Amino acid sequence: MNRVLIIGATSAIAEATARLWATEGAQLYLLARDQERLAAIADDLAVRGATAVQTAPFDATAFGTHEAAIAHAHAQLGAIDIVLVAHGTLGDQRACESSFELAHRELNNNAVSVISVLTHLANRLAAQKHGTIAVISSVAGDRGRQSNYIYGAAKGAVSIFLQGLRQRLSKANVHVLTIKPGFVDTPMTRHFKKGLLWVGPDVIAKHIHASIIKGRSEIYAPPFWRLIMFIITNIPTKIFNKLSL
Amino acid sequence: MEAHGWGRYPRINAAVLYPATHRECAADIASASPLIVRGLGRSYGDSALAERILDTRRLDHFLAFDSKTGLLTCSAGQTLDQILRVFVPRGWFLPVTPGTRYITVGGAIASDVHGKNHHADGSFCNHVTQVEILLGNGERRIASPTEHPELFHATCGGMGLTGMILSATVRLLPIASSQIIETTVKLRDLEHVLTAFEENSAATYSVAWIDCLARGKHLGRSLLMLGEHAETGPLTVNAKQAWPVPIDPPPSLLNHGTVAAFNTLYYQKTQRARSTRHVAFEPFFYPLDRLANWNRLYGKPGFVQYQFVLPHENGPRGLQTILEYIAESGRGSFLAVLKLLGKPNGNLLSFPMMGYTLALDFRAEPAVFELLAKLDHLVLEQGGRIYLAKDARMSESMFKTSYRKWQEFEEVRSRYHAHGKFASIQSKRLGLQ
Repeated sequence: MNRVLIIGATSAIAEATARLWATEGAQLYLLARDQERLAAIADDLAVRGATAVQTAPFDATAFGTHEAAIAHAHAQLGAIDIVLVAHGTLGDQRACESSFELAHRELNNNAVSVISVLTHLANRLAAQKHGTIAVISSVAGDRGRQSNYIYGAAKGAVSIFLQGLRQRLSKANVHVLTIKPGFVDTPMTRHFKKGLLWVGPDVIAKHIHASIIKGRSEIYAPPFWRLIMFIITNIPTKIFNKLSL
Repeated sequence: MEAHGWGRYPRINAAVLYPATHRECAADIASASPLIVRGLGRSYGDSALAERILDTRRLDHFLAFDSKTGLLTCSAGQTLDQILRVFVPRGWFLPVTPGTRYITVGGAIASDVHGKNHHADGSFCNHVTQVEILLGNGERRIASPTEHPELFHATCGGMGLTGMILSATVRLLPIASSQIIETTVKLRDLEHVLTAFEENSAATYSVAWIDCLARGKHLGRSLLMLGEHAETGPLTVNAKQAWPVPIDPPPSLLNHGTVAAFNTLYYQKTQRARSTRHVAFEPFFYPLDRLANWNRLYGKPGFVQYQFVLPHENGPRGLQTILEYIAESGRGSFLAVLKLLGKPNGNLLSFPMMGYTLALDFRAEPAVFELLAKLDHLVLEQGGRIYLAKDARMSESMFKTSYRKWQEFEEVRSRYHAHGKFASIQSKRLGLQ
């Protein structure tokens, strides 16, 4: 039976993945900001078959509170088999361009807060000598694009941090999974016009769930994004600059 | 953004809200202009259309389940499909299910949907023990047959016009197997299929597929499908995804010629007069769900579905008249479904009455609207009425004549602060406040 910690458990992708673990009878500990939503999610997971579900508040940018929050979760679960880091925001790129305060907030939400929780989680799982740390990054972190480079920079920082962490923790038998979703139809992207490349959070959830079982290191979800990003990252700068991606 | 019902007619521009908590729902409702709550948008016409639409997709949680009683409580945005996926493997089924599982619990209650077992088991709300409703003034109420019963009987079948259904408790049906024992009976005309319905009224599930284009002595030729839950067998849900229809095919794809050919083939493929086999529950209850977006087959103009019920005494004659009229018009109905309905319940705007219900599809073109207006006269003449969840064009006078309790419905709405808060394009068209 898996003991699973989810940070940012009200994320659509996190909730969809939690449902898969609940169906398998996992024991879950959920951290998120909105306790009302979290309560409904917890009830839902219990009905679906979770052995136990606990919830607690989490403030991504209150860095000082992270260690205690994670310590409490670890104590309640007994051990952490899987931790999924799923919190984050998608800010307004244009607004961030004219206001460093907004850009700073985006970097805190999506990069610094992730590094903060990973610091504590890495040390705990390394001591535990088993488990998987799975973090939702993004294809946006593969190459900065004018349409979302603040978000991209944050996700890119996370992806690189995870590469180093993976190498470090492999010596301790701990797996680190970087999840790079493409376009996902969630509340975070509700203002976007949806097209052929868009998928629902349940599709991403299936890939996350399977990839953890297989011990994968870095996945693109769905997998066709690996090819798309290979092309995008290899477009010469002169040509890339002419595009309006 | 563009919004429409399952028939893709009519289409409007609407502001869509996606609240994630009850608090957010209350805030959306408190705002000045009225809105309509929308589940998965499977109603065919404009029942879930308004300038402001509250989409319940984020309110899709199971809240509690009692395995001794089968009572399941869930948020109104939870879908029948999810209920089946989680509970069929555990030995539970829906007490009543319509022809698609892609509807929400809230939608099932608001339309008081019926299935192939109405004659024995009634409609969906007969199996709902209570609902929690968010009223137009921000207050919440629990309504049930014993608590605020007038609100319960107005909300069940009330098309979302009494308030927002937040959650509901439904009694699931215990099953030993997910398979259905399906019997198919081939019937050569209307008289024979109506007789067959009566002869097989002890069957748990029954539905007939009618060839609406067959004329003369073949008028009303049908395949009657009867079903029972198998006593032994697996408890499984098919994980296969539906085939998507990704684009709008040319409008001429479904025309008189192709539909007539399909109907003939479908009727002829059943060789024997009566045959029985075991099938999984999905193809028995949800044959159309296999083709996701089948509503696109009608092309860009969209289509209208016309479903009416005729009281028992007038059934045979009334159906004969209507079928003759449609066959003569040549306006092909791709799918025509005939069911026997049993006793009505006490819900104010509930559609079923004891008799026969026929559901037909027509392409949304001007000549069809004329035809349907004439059919309205025939239905009204026979003392029947039209199903609101399928309706996109019924007139106010037709509605108020055939739904006798509409005034009582309005009184309940007024008392529970729904006026000015919950309204749809359909409710305005039908002359409700």
